[in-house]
Amino acid sequence: MNELKSRLTLADLGPSLADEAPDSLAVSEEGALIQALRNGDEAAFALVVNRFSGPLLRVAMLYVPSRAVAEEVVQETWVGLLQGIDRFEGRSSLKTWLFSILTNRAKTRGQQEGRQIPFSAFSAAECASDEPALEPERFLPADHSQWPDHWALPPRSWGESPEKRLLARETRAYLADAIAALPPAQREVITLRDVEQWTSQEVCNALGISETNQRVLLHRARSRVRRSLETYFEKAQG
Amino acid sequence: MTAQEEMSCKELVELVTDYLEGALPAPDRARFEEHIRQCPGCETYLDQMRHVIRTLGRLTEDSVPPAAKATFLETFRNWKQARGS
Repeated sequence: MNELKSRLTLADLGPSLADEAPDSLAVSEEGALIQALRNGDEAAFALVVNRFSGPLLRVAMLYVPSRAVAEEVVQETWVGLLQGIDRFEGRSSLKTWLFSILTNRAKTRGQQEGRQIPFSAFSAAECASDEPALEPERFLPADHSQWPDHWALPPRSWGESPEKRLLARETRAYLADAIAALPPAQREVITLRDVEQWTSQEVCNALGISETNQRVLLHRARSRVRRSLETYFEKAQG
Repeated sequence: MTAQEEMSCKELVELVTDYLEGALPAPDRARFEEHIRQCPGCETYLDQMRHVIRTLGRLTEDSVPPAAKATFLETFRNWKQARGS
């Protein structure tokens, strides 16, 4: 898990800040961290780098064509953090601020690399189209005498301990591929919400979309990922 | 569709996210939960969605590449030197 990983990677950094690496920062902790950053405390910077590099990289990948460019964008974000920390007033959380630096740089880079379509444009287009969670054949017809619109082909159980199957290395790789294959707006929303564990408010702010559209995109993305896993498990069962 | 009307499976699968997000109005939430209690197919479906979401939260990226970290720390030291603190 993220938390475990940050504990492990922070262990060799030594300083007291590294000893406590909760998933989200309490307000007082965040204040202390910002102060330490301003004071030029290298351990504080190392902590922030360890905690946010992975998520920043994944979000950068949504905007730019390659991992190499995404890594550059993350480096630029750290420079932006250093340049702006004295002026950072804490009106937003450190995380929100960092990601706003990142998305600005990533968008600029994406444009330079010829990959920029405004998020609002393709997300609106994605929301406008009709997309059922499942194929209509999975349900009985609406005029069925006894069970209109009820299951014709209900989902099959994923077994006694689906967690185990889901966390298998192959399944996780498959899940990552399933996300990569999503339409871009769905991919972005599910990455931020379910992989990065942002709140819906954070996602709406970062992407400039409404709560309703955010939910539509999240729903479609989750539905597709579930469907794709269903296919995967069924193939595995033969 | 009125609050009293029974929810169909086809309708339920479209409301799963609203349900999990706490965005369903109370009457719909009641119909949703009433349906789940009686329908093993939908119970499985909701269960699978929960598993998918939990698993996504555990997909982790490779740790920070050491080279990137080194570059960052160098950036940091330069910055610190430049501002004279």
